[in-house]
Amino acid sequence: METTIAGKQVKLNEQGYLTDLNEWSREVATALAAEEGVELGEEHWPVLEYLQNQHKQEVPLTIRKVGKSGIVDIKGFYALFPGGPLKKASRIAGIPKPASCI
Amino acid sequence: MKHLVILGAGTAGTMMSNHLAKSLPNEWDITIIDQRKIHHYQPGYLFIPFGTYTESDIVKPVKKFLPSRAKYIQKPILNVDKDKDLVNLEDGEAIPYDLLIIATGTDIAPEETPGMAGPHWHKSIFDFYTLNGAVKLHRALEEWNGGHLVVHITEMPIKCPVAPLEFTFLAESYFHERGMSDKVKITFVTPMDGAFTKPVASDQLGHLLKDKGIDVVPNFNVMEIDGDARKLIDYEGKEVSYDLLVTVPTNKGAKYVERSGFGDELNFVPTHKGTLQSKVKDNIFCIGDATNIPASKAGSVAHFEGEILMENVKRFIEGRELKDEFDGHANCFVETGHGKALLIDFNYTHQPVSGTFPFPGIGPLTLLKESRMNHMGKLAFKWVYWNMLITGRHIPFVPSKMSEAGKNFEEVQS
Repeated sequence: METTIAGKQVKLNEQGYLTDLNEWSREVATALAAEEGVELGEEHWPVLEYLQNQHKQEVPLTIRKVGKSGIVDIKGFYALFPGGPLKKASRIAGIPKPASCI
Repeated sequence: MKHLVILGAGTAGTMMSNHLAKSLPNEWDITIIDQRKIHHYQPGYLFIPFGTYTESDIVKPVKKFLPSRAKYIQKPILNVDKDKDLVNLEDGEAIPYDLLIIATGTDIAPEETPGMAGPHWHKSIFDFYTLNGAVKLHRALEEWNGGHLVVHITEMPIKCPVAPLEFTFLAESYFHERGMSDKVKITFVTPMDGAFTKPVASDQLGHLLKDKGIDVVPNFNVMEIDGDARKLIDYEGKEVSYDLLVTVPTNKGAKYVERSGFGDELNFVPTHKGTLQSKVKDNIFCIGDATNIPASKAGSVAHFEGEILMENVKRFIEGRELKDEFDGHANCFVETGHGKALLIDFNYTHQPVSGTFPFPGIGPLTLLKESRMNHMGKLAFKWVYWNMLITGRHIPFVPSKMSEAGKNFEEVQS
């Protein structure tokens, strides 16, 4: 469905994930984060960037992988995105909901 | 002579050796390497804790199922030297290959979770993903007087993602039959947001759990286990107490993959999901649980992959373009207890659906719906496994690519 986030037209799937990463911007991310109850600070951006890069390389993402990325450990990841870190961070990063659960 | 080497003589490796023995050109020899002497019918592990099968029902010699054309080396693997095209064995022997097929599967790694593999392992914390674990759990269940049973998934991906659910259903049925239902509380604890990995099936299976009085604790990512206090603790500080814990530990690929320097963080081999060629080197292919492809880790998936892999081995040898065709097809019976089961059929892009299988509109098996016939199908599968699946014989009516006839679809949202 089409919707407006941070003054921009974007397409979201049923679960509220962007369907086109090209529509992502820092402003969109900030608005999506607010919906998830997360206020983005300096420490969030490198994690989001890492997720986007992995997604572009078609690497399946898991919490463990993020924990071993050298960018943030698992506890830190939970602290940044409380509740469901990978699901929330993926949504804020504008990439699909992780399909690692197979 | 040219050398084709298969690593792993489990479901996928044994099946491939049989396929290849029939069709690989004569100038090729086939070697299969594995340290094991005994082949386990792994789907049978699930039934051991409840006494339905015993150890002898599910083990046979590895060699019995290998073709005479294949040479079996029963030794542990040290590593693969991809630059020299060599498999190094732990005893120092080096086996050269022109084409390598990795089929060494996955195994549990309880040591990955603090508190899991300690003094409480196989005392109050059990697995059923190994024969040893399943046998020990059987003894524990026989002696148990009741309390809180927690069935737990540590992290995804795991082999046979429906097995923990099946275990839960069968446990409920087992305690019911023993007249212990009022003494046992069962809770299902998972890092996923529901009972299964695909939403439609998750809803259906979630309802079944609820109907049977089983609680679900979703989104629980275990950080450590306090074995003395008998509780699971997750990364956010949530706790679940248990009297008896049946866990599916972290699943990892074989250690030699790590020693070879080409596995991912769980020792799975980066693999193209459509061709099954590895991303490590062109002459290395990968099949079954050992890959990192986004398909279920299950024997049925290995079986469906077999057809595509055969075709691509042939094409690779002839220098032709590979077929990019594997669709992630999985087909799994799900035991739901009380003599019933349901069946799910899905792939990369389609969720498990309702309908009939394998004949559109007829069945006799029902998809995503409990029936006694499905349960009979699951038990009959043991015969199919030993006699058809790993021996590489065609299983009638079950194509490798998922059929869309007679099924009610819902596309997977990406």
